Amino acid sequence: MGAAVATEPREMRVVYAETLVRLAENSADIVILEADLMKASATGIFQKRFPERAFNIGVAEANMVGIAAGLSASGKIPFAASFTCFASRRAYDQFFISCNYAGLNVKLVGTDPGIAAEYNGGTHMCFEDLGLMRNVPGLVVFEPCDPVSLAALVERAAAHRGCTYLRLHRKPIRPIYPDGEAFELGRGKVLRDGGDVTLVATGAIMVPEALAAAERLASDGVSAAVIDMHTVKPIDRDLVLEYARKTRGFVSCENHQIVNGLGSAMAEVLCEGCPRPLRRVGIRDEFGEVGTLDYLKARYRLTAGVIADEAHAVLKG
Amino acid sequence: MIGEGELRELKRKAREVRVLTLDALGHLGVGHVGGALSVVEVLTILYYRHMRVDPSAPRMAGRDKLVLSKGHAGPALYSVLADKGFFPREWLRTLNQGGTSLPSHCDMRRTPGIDMTTGSLGQGVSASIGLALGNRLNGDAGTVFLIIGDGESNEGQVWEGAMCAAHYRLGNLIGFMDYNHMQIDGYTRDIMDIEAPEDKWAAFGWFAQRVDGHDFRALDAAIERAKAETSRPSMIVMDTVKGKGAYFAEDNVGNHNMKVDEAMAAEAIRRLMGEAL
Repeated sequence: MGAAVATEPREMRVVYAETLVRLAENSADIVILEADLMKASATGIFQKRFPERAFNIGVAEANMVGIAAGLSASGKIPFAASFTCFASRRAYDQFFISCNYAGLNVKLVGTDPGIAAEYNGGTHMCFEDLGLMRNVPGLVVFEPCDPVSLAALVERAAAHRGCTYLRLHRKPIRPIYPDGEAFELGRGKVLRDGGDVTLVATGAIMVPEALAAAERLASDGVSAAVIDMHTVKPIDRDLVLEYARKTRGFVSCENHQIVNGLGSAMAEVLCEGCPRPLRRVGIRDEFGEVGTLDYLKARYRLTAGVIADEAHAVLKG
Repeated sequence: MIGEGELRELKRKAREVRVLTLDALGHLGVGHVGGALSVVEVLTILYYRHMRVDPSAPRMAGRDKLVLSKGHAGPALYSVLADKGFFPREWLRTLNQGGTSLPSHCDMRRTPGIDMTTGSLGQGVSASIGLALGNRLNGDAGTVFLIIGDGESNEGQVWEGAMCAAHYRLGNLIGFMDYNHMQIDGYTRDIMDIEAPEDKWAAFGWFAQRVDGHDFRALDAAIERAKAETSRPSMIVMDTVKGKGAYFAEDNVGNHNMKVDEAMAAEAIRRLMGEAL
């Protein structure tokens, strides 16, 4: 990463919508579906540019995902979005059967994942979607951490023949990567190299926390590698195993239940390929609740301090 | 208007579809007899009179498409598709055997001529809307046909789709509701009464009709009227008999998914062949 990294935060939802507009300018097959959350997704710019290719289905997520399946069967490449809780929990069978089992090409998007739901609180706070989606055979599941990787990975998802699930943080996020950085689905990114412990994180909330944790660890004399595991499925097995040989253990960092998310995926890779200590930072068998992002980070122990403490625990053995 | 000769031919085809379906189910020993046999006439009139399809090019652009949302009626559709030449008739006796291309519920990845995977009830309604919207975007003049069940209509997704298809004025979508008055656990009036379905569809903004689903001329007239409606979707509620044409299934409320041995199938086929067309 030689190029300069932009310093101004960018609204992730705007990046998402602008990327779709750009894709749609080059492909008549790109269409979008919303379930009365077009304002939240900022896809109004897409609707304005391509009104005939934007479908607001109303508050009916199951119907939206089923319609996306039909559009896909017509050769279209539909991006269907709703809050994470509705995109995953509410429309799961429709996505599972009508889209995935049917072998179609639907790009499902869940916005405001985990504690990003903030003031919408527990009813809207989804800590389960990575687990649900990881269980769908062949599905690509990814969660970009910054505007640059988001734009690149949405392009990769559009080019991928098959269903994908994007966990989309909507709010302003400061870029981590320089413009033009290349990304591949299923290939994690080493953000910082290190020789003692590896912090593996996913998403716009946890990757910055992991980077901050690595700084703290450095001041404690610990050399921590940080990996942005933007694709949770298929997980980058080679990269995990490389760092299993290179460092003494791992901390997984996810804005999600520790069950069946990133940490579980890593445990599966490590147990089968190269057993190493792993400690998981994430939601520990709890429901969501209302609050600010900072409150929720502290409440659910999703902070750089907790990650650093867990890294020390890994190294103590 | 269907002439006498064509009417006779449609009836002959419907009988053949029933025979093939009963043979496949009897060979297997169990299956969704009731709901397969109640849609035979609508499948027959669609594939032998109305739908533009090409068995040698099952994915042909511009074709008419069918979403059999009550996917458990797959065996009846397979009989039609085999007779049309989408795949060899010998496949029919592989129904539900391991490795088959003909699973109990419709699977677009496995079966030539199947336009949408169905089986999780309600989902075909939304898929048909997507197909109809896709046709509109693609400038494709094909019609999307949809068949739903009466029990299936307990699903909320059916009514999400009902509202949506009317909103998008999908004149290229023609639905049928197979109102055979039975669902798995009993009569629809006892389990979840849906009467009067045509009023419900009309209230949602569809062009709704109600006809005898075993009467080819009534079905044909309804389909022609539906085709003439270009600015709203159509729903043709068909009063049907669940298990129609199988002596052991008609009037048997347990006919949704039932055992059928080869002797029962053979006797049902013998009786069907003995009936005047």
